[in-house]
Amino acid sequence: MAETLNFSLVSPECELFSGEVIHVDVPGTEGDMGIHPKHAPLMAAIRTGIVNVYRSDENISFFVQGGFVDVTTEELVILAEKACFIDDIDHKEIKQEIESAKKALVSLEGEAALSMQQNLDGLQDILAN
Amino acid sequence: MASLKDLQNRIKSVKNTQKITKAMQMVAAAKLRKAQEAAEKSRPYSERIYEVIKNLAASMINVGDAPKLLKGNGKSDTFLLVVATADRGLCGGFNTNIVRKANQEIIDLENQGKTVKLYLIGKKGFDQLKRSHNNKIVYNVSLKEERSIHSGISQKIGSQITKMFENNEFDVCKIIYSEFENVMTQHAISKTIIPASVDLDEVTPSKTSDAKLNGAIYSYEPDEIGILNVLLPRNINTQIFTALLENQAGEMGSKMTAMDNATRNAGDMIDKLTLTFNRTRQAQITSELIEIISGAEAL
Repeated sequence: MAETLNFSLVSPECELFSGEVIHVDVPGTEGDMGIHPKHAPLMAAIRTGIVNVYRSDENISFFVQGGFVDVTTEELVILAEKACFIDDIDHKEIKQEIESAKKALVSLEGEAALSMQQNLDGLQDILAN
Repeated sequence: MASLKDLQNRIKSVKNTQKITKAMQMVAAAKLRKAQEAAEKSRPYSERIYEVIKNLAASMINVGDAPKLLKGNGKSDTFLLVVATADRGLCGGFNTNIVRKANQEIIDLENQGKTVKLYLIGKKGFDQLKRSHNNKIVYNVSLKEERSIHSGISQKIGSQITKMFENNEFDVCKIIYSEFENVMTQHAISKTIIPASVDLDEVTPSKTSDAKLNGAIYSYEPDEIGILNVLLPRNINTQIFTALLENQAGEMGSKMTAMDNATRNAGDMIDKLTLTFNRTRQAQITSELIEIISGAEAL
């Protein structure tokens, strides 16, 4: 059996997932990352996107919006500002958020604009799929 | 002496009141369970975020340009007190306790010559504080429209507070709310949220973090400051969120106890009134009998 690492995905409202996994894909602000067991300790910010979780018997996908990933030698934790199962995505809500993100983008500049753009891109990707 | 009809009416009205308080108690009990669950579910997130900040803060102690949200802006002249209360009454001393704590805090700070500003969450706190401290209130939010406490609310409040801090509208921010211990006891507490209160004594890098990392060094993406800049505002949101959830649980617990007492008091009152009612009725019958008997004797 493949080596596993302990993964948990928590949002402010609840813990969505906790258990042994083989591999997790994380959308970092600086680029996507695949995290396997024995990854070096890492602390990274994440952007809007999909977290793919690979387990020995199933694969699960989550939608996350903003937050952090914390990797230690023992475990991998994603602290998401917003998270849900990919099937639970509310397309209407996403559309609304895209609209408000577009509006917000006009008045922002610098770093804030960059992260908002990232958010917008992520949301549009979700909708496209 | 009240007539029989009057007594009957009173008994009826007290019984109705008892029905209402009983229903309110049961509603509060159901809501309490939900609120407790929500508080429980949010715990992993807030614990994690605190853990991460603690680790980062330890490495930032000696860095000059650490984010202001962590270290403060070097002053402590103006205090922003975020006072979180409930939107509804009928929950015993719940709101009063929080307001009392806030009042005490205001007096303490003013005696030290600090300026105090108030950010009020919840209608009841506003009602009680506007009388004596109307000029200090900068914001007043009511959550009555919200069906449940969700992280969006705390995000809105948190970002507003962060913005105020960036505009130098205050130096230190404290949040006052009621900590939920159990159904019977809630304490009003105040907690500093800006600058981030991290118990640095707890952080002994050699013991906690290193053991977990097996001596490896964390890598950061983006850099530490970049992460802290995103993390700290979020921490504030989380703390507000926690406070709101604890408050909700406390409010419901308090309401349950208060309504339980009210129901019992109403029961006592009904017993007493029924006793008086029966006595009066008996007295009336007796006097009627005496009248008849004495009338018969007179013949």
